[in-house]
Amino acid sequence: MAQHKVNYTQDGGLPIALTSVDKIVNWGRSNSLWAMTYGLACCGIEMMAAGASRYDFDRFGTIFRASPRQSDVMIVAGTLTKKHSEFIKRLYDQMTEPRWVISMGSCANTGGMFNTYATVQGVDRIIPVDLYLPGCAPRPETLQYGVMLLQKKIRANKAGNAQKAKRLM
Amino acid sequence: MRAYKPKDDVQAKAYYTDRFYVAPQMPKSSVEEDEVFASDLAAIKEKFEVKEAYIQVEQMVVYINAHDIYGVLELMRDELSYTQLSEMSAIDWLAKDNTFEIFYQMLSMTKRKRIRIKYFIQNGEAVDSVEKLFRSADWSEREMFDMFGIEANNHPFMKRILMPYDWQGNPLLKTYPLEGDEFAAWYEVDKIYGKEARDIIGPELRDPAKVDRYDSERFARLGHEVPKGTKITGDEPAVTQSYQEEGGVFLVKKLDKESSVIIDDPQR
Repeated sequence: MAQHKVNYTQDGGLPIALTSVDKIVNWGRSNSLWAMTYGLACCGIEMMAAGASRYDFDRFGTIFRASPRQSDVMIVAGTLTKKHSEFIKRLYDQMTEPRWVISMGSCANTGGMFNTYATVQGVDRIIPVDLYLPGCAPRPETLQYGVMLLQKKIRANKAGNAQKAKRLM
Repeated sequence: MRAYKPKDDVQAKAYYTDRFYVAPQMPKSSVEEDEVFASDLAAIKEKFEVKEAYIQVEQMVVYINAHDIYGVLELMRDELSYTQLSEMSAIDWLAKDNTFEIFYQMLSMTKRKRIRIKYFIQNGEAVDSVEKLFRSADWSEREMFDMFGIEANNHPFMKRILMPYDWQGNPLLKTYPLEGDEFAAWYEVDKIYGKEARDIIGPELRDPAKVDRYDSERFARLGHEVPKGTKITGDEPAVTQSYQEEGGVFLVKKLDKESSVIIDDPQR
């Protein structure tokens, strides 16, 4: 038993950490942001690179899930066409709250270079967006930086209160 | 290159003359110059009326009557060994004489020749489907229907292929504005939230040169972002980036740059 001896004189004397419910809930939420695989165009390649071994998104607790019901954050990576717009709304509605949306790249932010009849001019016309990443396409580092900012945003919120429904209308 | 002309009203006028500029044609030569094409044309002329035929860029172009298309392609496939329909579509000549020009690009792998079959139809007329002859015509005719509104008779599944089924308008018509008509502009809002949401969500922002009051410059370099319009001298102090709040994060140790060690030995 001696090897498991607790040093009661260290760290205030007790082997416990004191915190608030808000902090521990937000710690859990922000460090296990499961992302939905939602690569729509070339930004999806950068998103895949961010998830692969070189950039290694697992370090952040960000694990890509193939189902909206298991994911916390939707990374809209690529051009959203008008034909597809109803499906992004349907997938967003299937995600359980709390949920967040990262709009990745110029096309998802504003329609980008596709100033045409078939492209939605920004995903924020369909779903509420928490974070916009500039770039065409943003590098994997940008996406990781974005996820760190989102973690910061999550930590700043009160976890105890029910998340305010984020809706366009 | 053609001379630049200001295009300020390019979206205001449906038929902007310079926009539908017709490129100069490559020189045309007589069919008799190529004996393979000459014999092919003779075989077609035996059974069908040929309005015009010439060679352009080493390919024969044959104009026929619209009602002969199935027969001509069947003859070319079965007897002249033009076994592939590479592509087919339509050209919008509505501004000129209210017609569409339909073309079928044929390829013979054995003869190593290409022939383009063409004909004109009036606006509103349908064409005969050649889907029974060439499977590739299945999607091509659906695309032609989607983009120009030209229906193909006897097609097994005459529906839109690229645009949604409930789309209105034919985007490849020259009268169709590139940025979409009113239906296209409000399509996703009307479909998902309903027409009453138009006022809340607002119109699309279609001006790429618009400068918002929150716009910034140098946002790609972290810590160097400045408001748009700031005079950049190059010796601004970099803002230190911090991913953690000042109060600390539960169970996560804050990175301290002074006490951290940078390992720069690749063979460590």
